Amino acid sequence: MRAQVAAPIVEAGVITRDQAKALADRVLAMSQGEQTRVNIASSSGGNTRFADASITTSGDIANASVTVTVTLGRRRASSSTNALDDASLRRTVALATSLARVAPEDSELMPELGPQAHAAVGAFMNATADLTPEGRAAAVKRAVEAATSTGRPAGNVFVAGFLDTNASAIAVATSNGLFAYHRATSAEFSTTSRTPDGTGSGWSSAGSRDWRRIDPARIGRIAAEKAVASRSPQPFEAGMHTAILEPLAVADLIPLLAAALNARSTDEGRSAFSKPGGGTRLGEKVVDERVTLYSDPADADLLASPFDQEGLPVQRMLWIEKGILRNLSYSRFWAQKQGKAPTGGGVMTGGLALAGGTKTTEQVIADTERGVLVTRFWYIRALDPRTVLQTGLTRDGVFLVENGKISRSLKNFRWNESPLLMLNWLEEIGRPEPVGAGLMMPALRIRGFNFTSSSDAV
Amino acid sequence: MSPTRRDFLRTSAAAAAAASLVGAGPFDGLATAQAVVAPGADPFELTLANEALNAAWTAGASYADVRIGRYRRQSIATRERQVGAVSDNESYGLGVRTLIDGCWGFGATSSMTVAGARGAAQRAAVLSRAAKAVLKNRVELAPVTPVTGTWMTPVRRDPLEVPLDEKIALLLSTNEAALKVPNVRFVTSSLALLREIKTLVTSEGTSVTQTLIRVFPQFTATAIASGDFQSYNEELAPRGLGWEYIESLNMPGNAERWASIAAEKLTAKAVEPGRWDLILDPTNLWLTIHESIGHPTELDRAIGEEANYAGTSFVAPPEKVIGRLKYGPEFMNIQADRTQDGSLARVGWDDEGVPAESWLVVDKGTFKDYQTTREQASRIAALTGVKRSHGCSFAESWDTVQFQRMPNISLMPGERDLSLDDLVAATDRGIVVKNRGSWSIDHQRYNFQFSGQAYYEVRSGKIVGMLKDVAYQADSPTFWNSMDMIGGRSSYWMGGTFTDGKGEPSQVSSVSHGCVPARFRNVTILNTARTA
Repeated sequence: MRAQVAAPIVEAGVITRDQAKALADRVLAMSQGEQTRVNIASSSGGNTRFADASITTSGDIANASVTVTVTLGRRRASSSTNALDDASLRRTVALATSLARVAPEDSELMPELGPQAHAAVGAFMNATADLTPEGRAAAVKRAVEAATSTGRPAGNVFVAGFLDTNASAIAVATSNGLFAYHRATSAEFSTTSRTPDGTGSGWSSAGSRDWRRIDPARIGRIAAEKAVASRSPQPFEAGMHTAILEPLAVADLIPLLAAALNARSTDEGRSAFSKPGGGTRLGEKVVDERVTLYSDPADADLLASPFDQEGLPVQRMLWIEKGILRNLSYSRFWAQKQGKAPTGGGVMTGGLALAGGTKTTEQVIADTERGVLVTRFWYIRALDPRTVLQTGLTRDGVFLVENGKISRSLKNFRWNESPLLMLNWLEEIGRPEPVGAGLMMPALRIRGFNFTSSSDAV
Repeated sequence: MSPTRRDFLRTSAAAAAAASLVGAGPFDGLATAQAVVAPGADPFELTLANEALNAAWTAGASYADVRIGRYRRQSIATRERQVGAVSDNESYGLGVRTLIDGCWGFGATSSMTVAGARGAAQRAAVLSRAAKAVLKNRVELAPVTPVTGTWMTPVRRDPLEVPLDEKIALLLSTNEAALKVPNVRFVTSSLALLREIKTLVTSEGTSVTQTLIRVFPQFTATAIASGDFQSYNEELAPRGLGWEYIESLNMPGNAERWASIAAEKLTAKAVEPGRWDLILDPTNLWLTIHESIGHPTELDRAIGEEANYAGTSFVAPPEKVIGRLKYGPEFMNIQADRTQDGSLARVGWDDEGVPAESWLVVDKGTFKDYQTTREQASRIAALTGVKRSHGCSFAESWDTVQFQRMPNISLMPGERDLSLDDLVAATDRGIVVKNRGSWSIDHQRYNFQFSGQAYYEVRSGKIVGMLKDVAYQADSPTFWNSMDMIGGRSSYWMGGTFTDGKGEPSQVSSVSHGCVPARFRNVTILNTARTA
């Protein structure tokens, strides 16, 4: 029976630094483990979903949870709960302790961290955290109205989409004296327009930490423009074609390189950056010299978390510099074993940016003699880790560009391509654009992108 | 028309009745009770549910429901001779859905207090009212008979109560056996275990408490030799069953055989791309059914409500396809159900209190009916003659709103009791595909490309060797109409997934797919190996 009534830790919004510190101290004091880590995650979010000019669902959700990781010698285990009353927290600590007691010894276990210096990253925007249900509905209305009027040449376009805002706070504390706290907001708005004849579909999306940087009417307008322009798509022969990938399409592919950048799998011969016969390709030219890929939590365009789950600071990392593989992602254990510095988290923890040139996407299109313009990708799945080869489809607007202009709408394609290999066949790299919270990607023009078959999907 | 308070709150009596049936309380998330009898509702939770329903009524809701869920998830991952991660998570909270003037609102909180429950209901009502700013289609709910009761996955041994050291020993002995195979350098094995206890109380008088148990074992071996590496995942189906299912798989006893397949792949012959006859083992076919029949027959996709995310469907519009679309040959029957024991979608009731049932989605090769919820049923009732929901409303957790999710979607056995071997014997030139590999399908579910874990070349009715780097690519209607031979009852097997994703915010659900081996003629085969 659960009859006790727990006083809420967080009355509104997300947990504050002081509340997180007090909660962490309370949990640490309950633990008899030799070493204990407490991870706190608190979130408060709102979402509004719409289709056929109606809001179909909308929600407001608040949650806060605590994960306790207990270490006994070389044995370690975790347990988590979102019931934050003393009795529940005590049970969670006791469970983590009993799990740790029976866990086998881990020869790769690293001690919990002591105090660390973490940079403060100002990723929390009140304009995002304070957006109300009425404000979200009004934004949806602006997008629907813009899409409806822009789509008029095609008749009554079908408009659907989603707006999601979230405020979150995370904290890490260890019995060795570490405490770190970070809070962030994010907002994502996307819209799909479909023409009434069922032959045209367009999509647009934007994401940012700051709601004020998102323009719902613009997103609605672009989605409808693409829907109208993509009507009556023509079949186009599959094969290796020059492709112009819009920034949102590039954002679907480039993060897939993260797994290949893992130092351990590379050292063990299981990554695209492993050298046949042993060793890694660090220091070698792996892609076109115009390609620079980096993470940086403090970068004003990324504003990512300055620490990882263990509380290790996340630094600026140049993964690929001017086409040369410069760094791999090292866990604390693997770094120690290999005599390297740990990088903190995975590749994506510190956000991800593909540096680029100065041309806008429109200029990249205008400078194209002949190519296939891709709005976005869909249902991407890995085929071969040895080359990071993927398969997937195009979606919501594929166009033939001739002499710098869109000449006709094309049927969707299935493609089999590698984000690593394609960066060797780079013709043009545009100006990076914010495509999501913590993600900056430019448009790319790729010579010989491998479109393998046609799809009837609209 | 607003209901009277009495009309709205028919729950008090039902709740009291349910409370009186309680023998033992629900599992304390960390207790060690043995699960054999379905637990009843917790009186404290019923109190919170009634507070939330009262607050919803006061705020003007014409209908409201409250779901209180306690989710316990345990996962154990091992690698070679060590444990990679052990975690045990508990999540507990309450979600309220309100309907005001035909608009939904949803509020959820982990503050399990009277104030928390009321606050969630009030926030849901604010969302219902805000939604009126963008309103074309009002929500109308199909009728459902109010019910009180309990249901539990039938298990002999609750997997969450099995001692951790027993689980770890099973996984490490599995890895040890696999590492005996020459060239096998890496092995992972894991267990994901879930216990979900949820109570649904609606303003129409339904009050049900269900305990769902699901288990998901996994095994992968990687072999490395002469500059190449090949992995093999054994298809260990997740199921709605207890620990006895994990034991029945005999992972330590089978691991050496599974790992040897990874090593064998190192010397497999590269496939010759082109057109081949394809024989899909149930361990591969279940996912093809999921993607090319399960998703296209979701009504929300067909009417555009998923257009911005998962996509729409080629099985649309309803008036042009119900009773008309030829999905496949005459012997193709596809059943939807939430009634097969051991399946992942097996429940007593859905998250709207609609009882579990089964129905045909494809009847003798022709598309017959969609998957529906209460708000969807009326949209196609005139076409199908079905006025009630098929019971497909589900939410991943207490903090996500329920919406249309897939039931088990299964290919029924053929009349003759043929086996995979019989299909091979009848094939002149073909490829047998086993287990799930990579899968990708477009947003209307036409063009797909799937692969497996192990491929075997068939010549003149016999398996002559192993192939590698195979993928098959087709469009769904052509593919299903090319099916010319299926297995019988003895070859029926049920695969499934823990992580079927859909909706915004994205939610996952668990679903099984039963099927028999099947042969497809003249399918496009790709070679997926590629060098720079």
